[in-house]
Amino acid sequence: MPRRDDLHSILIIGSGPIVIGQACEFDYSGTQACRVLREEGYRVILVNSNPATIMTDPDFADATYVEPITPDVVARIIEREKPDAVLPTLGGQTGLNTAMALYERGVIGHPGTPEMIGANAVAIATAEDRDQFKQAMLEIGLNVPASGIAHTMEESREVLREIGLPCIIRPAYILGGRGTGIASTPEEFEVVAANGLAASPISEILIEKSIAGWKEYELEVMRDRADNCVIICSIENVDPMGVHTGDSITVAPAQTLTDVEYQEMRDAAFACIRRVGVETGGSNVQFAVNPATGEQVVIEMNPRVSRSSALASKATGFPIAKIAAKLAVGYTLDEITNDITRTETNSTPASFEPSIDYVVTKIPRWAFEKLPGTSGVLGTQMQSVGEAMSIGRTFTESLQKGLRSLEQGRLGLGCDPGEALMADRTDEQLLAQVAIATPERIFQAGELLRRGVSVDRVHEACRIDPWFLDQMQQIMDERAAIADLSPSTMTRRQWKRAKQFGFADAQLAWLWSTDELTVRAAREAAGVMPTYKTVDTCAAEFDAETPYHYSTWEDESEVRSSDRPRVVILGSGPNRIGQGIEFDYCCVHASFALRDAGFETVMVNCNPETVSTDYDTSDRLYFEPLTREDVLNVIAAETAAAGGTPPKVIVSLGGQTPLKLSGQLPEGLIAGTSPTSIDLAEDREKWNALCDDLRIPQPPGGTAIDLEQALEIVDRIGFPVLVRPSYVLGGRAMQIVHDRNHLARAMAELAGFGSLGKEGGLSAERPVLIDRFLEDATEVDVDAIRDHTGEVLIGGVMEHVEEAGVHSGDSACAIPPQTLPAWVVEVIEHYTRAIADALDVRGLLNVQYAVAGTTVYVIEANPRASRTVPFVAKATGVPLAKVASRVMLGATLAELRTEGLLRPPSDHGHVAIKEAVLPFSRFPEVDTALGPEMRSTGEVMGIDTSFGRAFFKAELAAGTLLPSEGTVFLSLADGDKPAGLVVARRLRSLGLGIAATRGTAQYLRRFGIEVDLEVGKLSEGEPTNAVSLIESGRIAFVINTPQGRGGRTDGEQIRKAANTHRVSSVTTVEAALAAAQGMGEMAGHEISVRSLQEFHVR
Amino acid sequence: MSPREAVLLMADGSVFEGELIGADPVGGVAGGEVVFNTTLSGYQEVITDPSYAGQVITFTNPHIGNYGVNDHDFESARPFCRGVIVRELARRHSNQRAEDSLDALLRRFGISGIAGIDTRRLTRLLRDSGAMSGVFGTADEATLKAAVAAERGTDGIDLTAVVTTPEPYSVGEGPRRIVAVDFGIKTTILRHLSTLGTVEVVPAGTSAADILARSPHGVFLSNGPGDPAMVAGATDTIAALVGEVPVFGICLGHQLLSRALGGSTFKLPFGHHGGNHPVRHEATGRVEITSQNHNFCVDPASLEGRVEVTHLNLNDLTNEGMRVLGAPAFSVQYHPEAGPGPHDSRYLFGMFDDLMNDFHAKAGA
Repeated sequence: MPRRDDLHSILIIGSGPIVIGQACEFDYSGTQACRVLREEGYRVILVNSNPATIMTDPDFADATYVEPITPDVVARIIEREKPDAVLPTLGGQTGLNTAMALYERGVIGHPGTPEMIGANAVAIATAEDRDQFKQAMLEIGLNVPASGIAHTMEESREVLREIGLPCIIRPAYILGGRGTGIASTPEEFEVVAANGLAASPISEILIEKSIAGWKEYELEVMRDRADNCVIICSIENVDPMGVHTGDSITVAPAQTLTDVEYQEMRDAAFACIRRVGVETGGSNVQFAVNPATGEQVVIEMNPRVSRSSALASKATGFPIAKIAAKLAVGYTLDEITNDITRTETNSTPASFEPSIDYVVTKIPRWAFEKLPGTSGVLGTQMQSVGEAMSIGRTFTESLQKGLRSLEQGRLGLGCDPGEALMADRTDEQLLAQVAIATPERIFQAGELLRRGVSVDRVHEACRIDPWFLDQMQQIMDERAAIADLSPSTMTRRQWKRAKQFGFADAQLAWLWSTDELTVRAAREAAGVMPTYKTVDTCAAEFDAETPYHYSTWEDESEVRSSDRPRVVILGSGPNRIGQGIEFDYCCVHASFALRDAGFETVMVNCNPETVSTDYDTSDRLYFEPLTREDVLNVIAAETAAAGGTPPKVIVSLGGQTPLKLSGQLPEGLIAGTSPTSIDLAEDREKWNALCDDLRIPQPPGGTAIDLEQALEIVDRIGFPVLVRPSYVLGGRAMQIVHDRNHLARAMAELAGFGSLGKEGGLSAERPVLIDRFLEDATEVDVDAIRDHTGEVLIGGVMEHVEEAGVHSGDSACAIPPQTLPAWVVEVIEHYTRAIADALDVRGLLNVQYAVAGTTVYVIEANPRASRTVPFVAKATGVPLAKVASRVMLGATLAELRTEGLLRPPSDHGHVAIKEAVLPFSRFPEVDTALGPEMRSTGEVMGIDTSFGRAFFKAELAAGTLLPSEGTVFLSLADGDKPAGLVVARRLRSLGLGIAATRGTAQYLRRFGIEVDLEVGKLSEGEPTNAVSLIESGRIAFVINTPQGRGGRTDGEQIRKAANTHRVSSVTTVEAALAAAQGMGEMAGHEISVRSLQEFHVR
Repeated sequence: MSPREAVLLMADGSVFEGELIGADPVGGVAGGEVVFNTTLSGYQEVITDPSYAGQVITFTNPHIGNYGVNDHDFESARPFCRGVIVRELARRHSNQRAEDSLDALLRRFGISGIAGIDTRRLTRLLRDSGAMSGVFGTADEATLKAAVAAERGTDGIDLTAVVTTPEPYSVGEGPRRIVAVDFGIKTTILRHLSTLGTVEVVPAGTSAADILARSPHGVFLSNGPGDPAMVAGATDTIAALVGEVPVFGICLGHQLLSRALGGSTFKLPFGHHGGNHPVRHEATGRVEITSQNHNFCVDPASLEGRVEVTHLNLNDLTNEGMRVLGAPAFSVQYHPEAGPGPHDSRYLFGMFDDLMNDFHAKAGA
């Protein structure tokens, strides 16, 4: 069945901002889909509010709408574009839910409206509705855990009586397990069931018999129009049932199933996809297996491309999203060629099941340290913010590579300084700890095994399958076997064996109390070098030309030689708060631009969710950890393959991860700004001298390695001060400190991280930076590019909405600046040029400024890609990352202008707003007030003809609905009250009601603003207070700004209540002003939509 | 026990370092024709599949032995392969079905193996150079070299004689009688056939007259090892059965049926051994993911006008199945019974059932 010619245009719904449970994997899938459908000749219309995605590059679709993904807005786009079909299965849960809402409104999926391709509404409902799904599975003879559906607490208790404790509560129509939980006691049940009902958009929960401790598996299934079904990958969770699969360490392929059991599961997966009715594309079916009896039950199925399918694609080389897109437009699997095994002489079809000859391990990365108040205990609700994937020939190798890929200071499964954390714990304490799933569990289990506690006892405690534990035991045995050896006494076979168990040189160096480079030299002298194998979908059965490699320690390496100039691009590793998709965007753009310019591009990264780790993004992909050893090895392999000519290496596009490596790589290889210049910007004293030289004001400050030095600084500059460690990202551990006691506390905290190699630690080489905190200052970000002739291109000047003190990653910002006088912008541009020259920048430079009164202070400069590069590119239409990568490799801006790559920014008077998206809805225990430590997981862009409209859109896209009616609750810090007056007056004029806390109400009334409802402090015990108002649903919007210091309790409870009850809120007065402006401009208007192509038309 | 360092030496001189697993080989050397299998699960079924007689099996999946072995998953009473090559043998297995470890099974049946091998390098070698002899063991270099030079692989010998049953036996029950000619039949095939009736398994050399004397409702031609051209007498026997009784053949049975019809077979460069090969059923256009284990292949051009090609391998477009024109006989090259492998093609046993029903309904009418 060939391509459908009855369709001409297709709308793809993206997944919006990066949030927990929905990350870059949908950029990867959406990008693939856009590419494929355009190649097939369809007109592609895309909607996605996330500017940091590759898919929203105007080159990837015919019409790219960076607009909020809400049913209203998408309906408007459909009305405007009149697509023939909507493809809802590649944009995660957001895409699916939006499509369902549009179906219910009759906008799509009905006769005379755009067709739903991939999965229709009935199929989506069958898979997503817990009860329908359960009935469907029982109907086809598959087992499901005993369960019941409830819509109220009353019903919930009834179901519980039938099923009994412990049980799992799963809300319907949610992503990443939000609102899901396990209850073991009646008290827990009351809480978890109530949470679940609140989390489900249709107030529906499934209460299910708990099968915690069972083995957990996933199968990735594909189906085509002719009903051909294949399994792309089997995945086995190391963490048994009870931990969300997104929070589990998982392994591909499945390791402990006999063929009889595996085939039973495969048959069940096919029966499931057929019954649910996913006509074409990929689905993910999850199973649990009782380890004692082998009984299999179906847990759930996702009728769409998912995080697991991204993992499966990277794990096997089979491009699930790309194939899913082709199947959606009519092809069958046997009509599609497997790109990986296609050579000049032969090809094999996509209608097969990949066989792999290695082990893939995925390990999540969490951010609990940024979310004080969270327990750090893993459960059925996903909490991780990113993941690393690793490939090794064996599980032991793969596991250790995966652990070091996380970049959390661990070098592998122990055998590193991090072990010290467990030194003072007894075996019994550790056994008690491994019973509870936490990010530390894998290390605790390893430590127990190292101490000689038996696999069976550890299994008893944590339920991890004995096979995995025995593998971990083998790592410990190997370590014991070589502990008494030394670099000079290791034989070739011993070296090879140790490396095959995944030990990094750094681990061996720690074991032998020597340094990494000594170990490396001795190992190389013994002739033991890594080999690079190929991911080829077929376990070497067929020749594969696609160069997707991983390192291992075997006999034969498969890197092909060529003599084109090479560029190695170091990626950004697992997503984390502060370093996410924005950097992947930059790396991918560099690869595209340099490929076009004739370079052979080589990507190194270990994040399976990303576009950068797609095998066809670069000429070669190394799926490797971003550590010194692994990167040096890739450079060596590339040098050898090029006959001895070393490649150039790009370290400045992947965030801090590659930047931290810059000093450890051969200096001559670094493309762009030199490591010396990078250091000049990072080293506080050199930087100060440079600013002094240039006569650019800085907030007064200094560096300290202990409290004494810190106190000296504050004596000189006064409070408040901003305290932050050097070499960190996302404002890790950054604090605004108002007094001496607080300073002592902050310094002690930083010293506490110090010795353990954790990010943000304090040591003599990494002193703490202490600066005068500028109150009421406007923060400004600039992204610029300088070439080797000295020309500087100012890419964008962004004015932040929130004032200095809120981390730039968590604050909204606008292009062009909205309140800065022209002369201030001129000064900022002038300073930026001066700094770029002084640092001899070759490529990107990001500078942060604070404007206080009439003074422009420089806060910091980073000669690397910043988080805002993709936003600037989408706002101005200038492909900054592409231009920068060319400049790094020697092109001049003038040449790129001639070439046509660099064009002037489009200027049609539009305003673009970037807004941060915060993970608070998953962490009700966390205060939502913004501060200097970054906590956002993603961002959205709003673009329109005015600031207010763009801001309204950005807020809507970020999930904050600015109301047009109802009552707004105001509770303002004293310093914010004057500005609050402006806000309140505007709200009144828009016809909104106002409720306020006593102090705020009195202030407003004094200026003649009517307050409808006044509430007292929570502690005053009045029946009506702020929290009860919010809980009762009488508040449409909350404006609550924290007091400068202390006394946060009332405000914190108000903010938490708003978070829990999903009432939109803002926590700074600047955001409130912007919100009021947005509401004002939108009053009486509908949202209008416009594609980026139209905004940037030339 | 300390690892027993061993070496694998291939006929082209390639050397691989590893460690001995399983039984100690006689004289310190084991060997045969080295093939690779890409299946991810089902090592026990593969090792005990009689079709591997004379061969040394390389598993491309690096972890072998993880779920142990059990009594149910044997494909024959004992393994007939000459050895196994793995990257990593599980030290500890884990599965509720397990009754013993793979290492113990190998020792019990005197099968040697070698672990720690760069099996991907070996697979690439076999893929590029074709099937090749190889020997491994703890013996010295000279002994290994002599052994590999003497190793003649599976060409030119009738391996079915080694694996076939010495005496007829019967499996299952029911009025329907199926005679299965055992060229190395797999247990899973018997399990499937026995759902259709009583299966009388007869030795490979059984004559057509003896088979027909059992008044079968259908005859099944089993899988088996080696070169179909070497199976003495089978083609004459089968030629005498076609048209007389419904016939269904699998793998070697498919090749022998082709040869009985006057067709030819040839050796594939490195064979098909795995569980992921796409085969298109030409009648429906549906794609089946199939279990495969064969080195030889039918040349459909040699059967022009005598058969209809029913199944096609989509990877290399080789023949995977046929229906004899004008006679109730069909066969497939791959393994619809799975064991190990996907269940996509089990309908073929139903087709055999239908064929027998139709034939006898007509005969009765």
